[in-house]
Amino acid sequence: MRRRQLILGLGGASGALAFTLGLGWWQSRGRAQPPAALLPLPIGEMGFALTNHRGEPVRPADWIGRPTMAFFGFTWCPDVCPTTLSDISGWLGELGPDADRLNTVFITVDPERDTQQVLADYLANFDPRITGLTGSLAEVERAVAGFRARFEKVPRDGDYTMDHTAGVFLFRADGRFASIIDYHEDRRFALPKIRRVLT
Amino acid sequence: MKSLILSALLTLSAAPVLACETVTLGDLNIEHAWSRATIGADRPGVFYVEITNNGSTDDALIGIATPAAGMPMLHETVVTDGVASMPHAMSIPVPAGESVELAPGGYHGMLMGLTATLAEGDSFPVTLSFQKSGEVVVNVEVLSLRAEGPDCDDAN
Repeated sequence: MRRRQLILGLGGASGALAFTLGLGWWQSRGRAQPPAALLPLPIGEMGFALTNHRGEPVRPADWIGRPTMAFFGFTWCPDVCPTTLSDISGWLGELGPDADRLNTVFITVDPERDTQQVLADYLANFDPRITGLTGSLAEVERAVAGFRARFEKVPRDGDYTMDHTAGVFLFRADGRFASIIDYHEDRRFALPKIRRVLT
Repeated sequence: MKSLILSALLTLSAAPVLACETVTLGDLNIEHAWSRATIGADRPGVFYVEITNNGSTDDALIGIATPAAGMPMLHETVVTDGVASMPHAMSIPVPAGESVELAPGGYHGMLMGLTATLAEGDSFPVTLSFQKSGEVVVNVEVLSLRAEGPDCDDAN
């Protein structure tokens, strides 16, 4: 076995070896990098200045000290957003007073239409512990970048819709990212994930 | 004026647990037709329904029409790499012996250009067009914005 390796190595296969090593290096980079790059920043390292639906300024530093549950959407969205807000309202209801400690935020990706007042009217239909955030497009983009999330304005029939990251992000009280509740994930796994950041 | 007629229509046809009625069209059973209340008429409304094909021939839902919206269309919510988008669905297959649901997070009717706000407790008609079975009108019950489906005894 050893001898075969030796022969292979000596047999002028250095090119192949270099290629293999190169490939290995590239692959390990490929494996290691995207997940790391895709993880949301700790809240303490995020930078954005938004306004909540009550008209108060909100900065990420304000969130440190409480676990955070955050998600992106827009109020013109007929399907995903009411469903997510309804799910979240249900989870908060099930958690009861425990959920009072949770900083639950809905960040619009459509600040053009979702003004402070629009968010306030919309959120009146859901659990009052959900805070809506809006602001300038540039600040929304900074927030989205911090979460490593994505959104895109899509023209549609003379109007537009928004594609956006649909998962619900969970962060610990110290601001460290904990987990994501995926949109199509079995809803039974949501509550344990939320409880984990509450402990 | 148009919205006035529509609201009159909505009021007249309002009845409890409409969403639990079953409408039959040939081999198709259509039930759980519901929508969510909207804030104003500027936002699009949504339309959900469950279709069961008890026959031996595949069919497909190819379109919807309603006096409640100027531009109703079929959409599908697709989540790719965590990002939700809503492409048009040209047709929604209803294979023989199977049920297909237009339900939150999947296929849905998108009601653009609402003629009036959809208020909880209202109802409005939607005409479903099928490739093989033809057309049928169902009454759609407007539930709350928070609703995740009608509460019927037979609902799953």
